[in-house]
Amino acid sequence: MDESNWNWELNETIPSSKEIGHRLIEKLLAALTEVGWDGSEFFHVQMAAEEAMINAVTHGNKEDEKKTIEIEFKVSADSAFLRFKDQGEGFSPEALPDPTDEDHLEVVHGRGVFLIRNMMSEVSYNESGNEVTMLKHRKPEAA
Amino acid sequence: MSDRKRTTVVNIGDLATVRFNDKKIVDSGNIEEMGAELLSLVDRDKMKHVLLNFDGVQFLSSAALNKLIMIDKKVKQAGGNLRLCNLTSEIMEVFTITRLDRVFDIRKTESDALKAFGVSS
Repeated sequence: MDESNWNWELNETIPSSKEIGHRLIEKLLAALTEVGWDGSEFFHVQMAAEEAMINAVTHGNKEDEKKTIEIEFKVSADSAFLRFKDQGEGFSPEALPDPTDEDHLEVVHGRGVFLIRNMMSEVSYNESGNEVTMLKHRKPEAA
Repeated sequence: MSDRKRTTVVNIGDLATVRFNDKKIVDSGNIEEMGAELLSLVDRDKMKHVLLNFDGVQFLSSAALNKLIMIDKKVKQAGGNLRLCNLTSEIMEVFTITRLDRVFDIRKTESDALKAFGVSS
């Protein structure tokens, strides 16, 4: 990715608050709309941002408002970059059960990370598992 | 039901037809309220069947999916059926990816869903 081509960037450290997180995601969605994102690809980025933010506040920082979350968004007409880093102990995404397994289909948690992995083009976690970095590339015909 | 904030409910016999008041079902407080309102259809109002019409809903998070799984279990325990209709293609994809399309009875339109309940629209 040629990082000089971003149309919009946001880099903020916020308290563990879903409300503040939602507000930043609204800014991300406005920036995506501004450069022409719509339909399923817009939805995929929205889903990944919401799920990652909720995971950082709830599972990472355990809703402790004294802890913070680093949030970084970058948007261009054909790519979206998202990064969330919480101050929690981290987790191992590979250790999570597959929510589409027959035994887990009706379990009432554990779909956020799965949805992120399925909806974004690239997803990576740092070694301790408290930072997720995601990239979405638009398909050429949609851009 | 004036005490409902997140949903609008119209009852047809023992079937509760539900529309959502929010375009985005994502705020955790709102999701809790939505879940409580849906569960009360069975627990308090003793409705047997529930139809969730997603007309106007543009987004829902995995936390909202979890609530839907809970209400589905509740309705099934009470011997009824829960059906969903009017999902956008994006929300339908969420159900497909998570394979929840196998758990939920999803119909294209409200008319299709009502027919499945044996109600003519």
